[in-house]
Amino acid sequence: MLAKLGKTAQPWRDWLVQFGMALLAVALALLVGAVIILLMGESPVAAYRAILYGAFGNINNLSETVVKAAPLVLAGAGLAIAYRANMWNIGAEGQIYVGGMAAICVGLYLGDLPAVIVLPLAALAGFIGGALWAGIAGILKVRLGIDEVINTIMLNYIAALGVNWLIHGPLKDPAAGFPRTAMIPINAQLPILIPRTRLHLGVVMAIVLAVLLQWILWRTSLGYRIRAVGQNKTAARYGGINVGRTMMIAMLISGGMAGLAGMNQTNGLHFRMLQDISGGIGFTAIAVALLAGNQPIATLLSGFILAALDVGANAMQIRAHVPIEVVKIIQGLVILFVVGREYFNRRILARRRSLAERQEHEEKRRAETAGLESAS
Amino acid sequence: MWDTILTSAFIVGLLQATLRTTTPLLLAALGELYSERSGVLNIGLEGIMLIGTLVGFLVSYFTGNAWLGVLAGSLAGSLIALIHAVLSVTMGVSQVVSGVGINILCVGLSMTIYRVVFGPSLIKAPMATGLQPIHLPVLSDLPVIGPVLFQQLPLVYIAFALVPITWFVLFRTELGLKIRAVGEHPLAAETVGVSVAGIRYFTVLLCGFLTGMAGTFLSLGLLNIFLDNMTAGRGWIALAVVILGRWSPFGILGAALFFGFADAIQLRLQALGFNVPYQFLLMIPYVLTMLALISAVGRRSAAPGALGKPFTGEAH
Amino acid sequence: MSVVKMTGIVKRFGAVLANDHVDLELEAGEIHALLGENGAGKTTLMNVLSGLYAPDEGEITVNGQRCHIDSPRKALALGIGMVHQHFMLAAPLTVAENIVLGMKTSRSPLLGLADAEARIRQLSEKYHLQVDPKAYIWQLSAGERQRVEILKLLYREANILILDEPTAVLTPGEAGEMYQVLWEMTKQGHTVVLISHKLEEVTAWASRITVLRDGRVVDTVKGNVGRPELARMMVGREVLFQYERTAQTPGEVVLSLQHVSARGAKGTLAVQDVSLDVRRGEIVGIAGVAGNGQSELTDAIAGLLHVESGRITLAGRDITNSTPDSITRQGLGYVPEDRQETGLLLEMSVAENLILKEHDRAPFARRSTLNAPAIRENAEQLVQAYGIRVPAITAPVDYLSGGNQQKVVLAREFGLEPQLMVAAQPTRGLDVGATESVRKLLLEGRQSQRSQMAILLISTELEEILGLSDRILVMFGGRIVYEVDAARADPEAIGLAMAGEDVIC
Repeated sequence: MLAKLGKTAQPWRDWLVQFGMALLAVALALLVGAVIILLMGESPVAAYRAILYGAFGNINNLSETVVKAAPLVLAGAGLAIAYRANMWNIGAEGQIYVGGMAAICVGLYLGDLPAVIVLPLAALAGFIGGALWAGIAGILKVRLGIDEVINTIMLNYIAALGVNWLIHGPLKDPAAGFPRTAMIPINAQLPILIPRTRLHLGVVMAIVLAVLLQWILWRTSLGYRIRAVGQNKTAARYGGINVGRTMMIAMLISGGMAGLAGMNQTNGLHFRMLQDISGGIGFTAIAVALLAGNQPIATLLSGFILAALDVGANAMQIRAHVPIEVVKIIQGLVILFVVGREYFNRRILARRRSLAERQEHEEKRRAETAGLESAS
Repeated sequence: MWDTILTSAFIVGLLQATLRTTTPLLLAALGELYSERSGVLNIGLEGIMLIGTLVGFLVSYFTGNAWLGVLAGSLAGSLIALIHAVLSVTMGVSQVVSGVGINILCVGLSMTIYRVVFGPSLIKAPMATGLQPIHLPVLSDLPVIGPVLFQQLPLVYIAFALVPITWFVLFRTELGLKIRAVGEHPLAAETVGVSVAGIRYFTVLLCGFLTGMAGTFLSLGLLNIFLDNMTAGRGWIALAVVILGRWSPFGILGAALFFGFADAIQLRLQALGFNVPYQFLLMIPYVLTMLALISAVGRRSAAPGALGKPFTGEAH
Repeated sequence: MSVVKMTGIVKRFGAVLANDHVDLELEAGEIHALLGENGAGKTTLMNVLSGLYAPDEGEITVNGQRCHIDSPRKALALGIGMVHQHFMLAAPLTVAENIVLGMKTSRSPLLGLADAEARIRQLSEKYHLQVDPKAYIWQLSAGERQRVEILKLLYREANILILDEPTAVLTPGEAGEMYQVLWEMTKQGHTVVLISHKLEEVTAWASRITVLRDGRVVDTVKGNVGRPELARMMVGREVLFQYERTAQTPGEVVLSLQHVSARGAKGTLAVQDVSLDVRRGEIVGIAGVAGNGQSELTDAIAGLLHVESGRITLAGRDITNSTPDSITRQGLGYVPEDRQETGLLLEMSVAENLILKEHDRAPFARRSTLNAPAIRENAEQLVQAYGIRVPAITAPVDYLSGGNQQKVVLAREFGLEPQLMVAAQPTRGLDVGATESVRKLLLEGRQSQRSQMAILLISTELEEILGLSDRILVMFGGRIVYEVDAARADPEAIGLAMAGEDVIC
């Protein structure tokens, strides 16, 4: 079957294969999840049905899923860009904190200005905050060659602790019993789009930016450079690309997008900074990016799927008596199955290449025996 | 404040606590050392540790035997590490991503198992049989160093003993030579008949074993219960410990002690009304890791040459 | 008395026939040299013998027994060991540790280094391979590392030692020492196989020489055969292709190198004090065996390698150490030696690879946005013009065969209509027809009325150099050692120069 796959060469067929493998990864994860649920003595069918209900059952649930998906898409699309440049940003979590904090500050201190001014400012602050935070790890990688994986993880903790201090101390809401900032004024809050739900403008922002990033990646010179640098630094240099600068830009974009995800949470959902504002979005976003094959626009779908799992988990617990943490298992399995895809891709590629070589060899021999020069 | 600090009671308590907080870091870091020395980066330590914590707790709870719990937790860690081994060694995929996936998987797995066994919400947290400290005869009666060094839990002794043992294994046995060679130049090793895959499976499984053990220390060594997110980032710190310790067992000991000390002291300083917000104290290990990485630039890198690169076994 | 007999060895890599029914016989106690140009098949043949590759056809007999050598371990068991061009040593480990790796030591499972070190010293003494067993590899020079590699084999009681280009990294003094050692080894009954392209050394030390060319054995001769004859066997006298070359006077100087020196990856000066000029309308061919500084030279011109001293000018403008981007804009077209590593982005489509150097310029980009129709049109045009076989212009370049990948690079570079074209091994891996079209392209560039170029051609195939160049230079050891007009070129003399001989012009 691998050989058969090797014969197709049209790009849209390739994308179909990739998409198929992504779906396969999700299916396998769900399958293993089902087995685990069975082992617990519960019904997987009931559990998955509950998830579907919890995620899509009514307008309220659906809106919750979409609301949960928005920051996942934002951060995930940004990570996709970074991964395309081979910058392994594991620090989305910290970037969410910093971006969210920046956005909250705008809300708290400039929240009296009209919404038309405050909201874009908050978004900008969120983006810049996240970008700068990612930029620290970026500079260390580009200038000093230090691995970005450990640095971004360390920065996660530093950011979380820093925010923790702020909400315990200087920015603590005097009226509240437990640590959090004051609520930001209504002007700084992302407006709700559908009444009686929590679905806010951030959703639109996510969709627009996912499309924008996709466009940037495939239709601009910058995107070209990002992809080139991620594939082959030597060839990129040879093509005249400034490798370090491109890597840095990709990192900044991904940090900024995570910062926007943070702003989403602070200004669209909770309207204040909390201790656990992120709830692991930074890590789930990694799964979102990987499942989307590092295609920003596909994060719309992968973000939606992973958000559905998270949101539906509550219903699963109530209705089917399956603990919500099973969903985390499934998400982890999704990553593991998706990354296994690399292995099969390599095999397909090798098969395809040897096929091309053999074809050429055959033709050459045929041409020689026919006494003609090879026509190529 | 200073008169409280400079009492024997305070210092003894602090040092005792330091050894305890160091232990899980030390165990996990030593495990990761084996793995990284053979060239495999395993960032799923946090998740593996969590599984070890849970399984150790459960087995001890049901059997009443803390040591069985430790063994079970360690083996569970190996089992999870096996996933990483298959993905990284046999399939040669991105080790970073595999580690992230394992982390998420283990978080879900551990809580799920706990809930399944004990039900969704509990009024009183179930307690398991914990490990008992060993009082070494005579030595434990010495002033100051007696309680600090000789009245500890057995896992503490095991962890510290593993430091010279690991040094010996890595630098004085044939196995250790193979591990180091595989991590530096896998092709060279393969050419002389060393099975790169075999060595790497071994080290990754060993890493899982020790990290799982570190996890059991958390649930069976201190509080004898299991809490959500009990590992609290220790798995990530263990990674930093390996780097800060420059991939040497004794360096890792130093780094682990450093982090352990920081952990032990920050609580106490808080109680003393020390002015710096505790969050900044908690930040120190992470900031220091970054600084250590910066300072290591330019010097001959101590990292194993083939770290993180999948070995496809092709001679060019 | 023959210790090894290889009969009818055939080895293919895809479409390339590396070994074409090769026969080789090794006698005990001899130094047997395998001589030939790059791509002649010497290393492949020895990789087969040492167990790294499995032959497609043919058989191997060791000491009279037919053998199936399927791994280096198996070869060592038979007493056959190979020292590769790229050393297989772990730098942070000691000499003794590297040598002992994979073997049981005296205190197994503990590391019995003391005994191993003693044995190593013994072997050191016996074979005059001085090295400190306790030293770390990273402390050692290239010559010393090579001794470690040899000791590795002797420690494992290898009887037949194969050395691939052993003096490539040695100074002349070290080389002499090494050969002395090898000579003494044969006195003790060992058999040594030398893979080399250096005539002087080979004729000085080898008892017998087998010359390979294009995957076939030309002949096996005694070591005292004259060097000119060997050179002739190595490069062949026939020029396969006759090209239409208009006699023309070259124009102004386009490329000028003045006393250029550059350091290579190993830290040594790979390019030493090179001066040359290339004029518009002429092809200057640099002949030489690979590894003598050619790739470093072309990388230096393209801005990919730092130039330590000297000056490079392109059309009068100083481009020494400029960025690759600005050099391209000044009018450089560069076909790199290693297309996959340097010239192509394998996962990107053919169309995108074709605009690698112009991706942020009109007409392919307008205000930073890629102009998809223009890119597509460009790709279709180039694919047509250069006869590139692609499943689709949107297919990743990785799917193409090696030859077609090379055509993508060529199409892109020629499409730039540069003032200077630097082409390194442009026909490597191409079949007959493709090779022909590439050579025609180069000639067109030389002769074109519209866009006449200055062309610097690097090739390890002497016939290509002879057939295309107006002037021929030879590079050896990082220097230009010989220069001659094509009209007066003597293949023998050039062959000698390529092999490091002093040739009187």
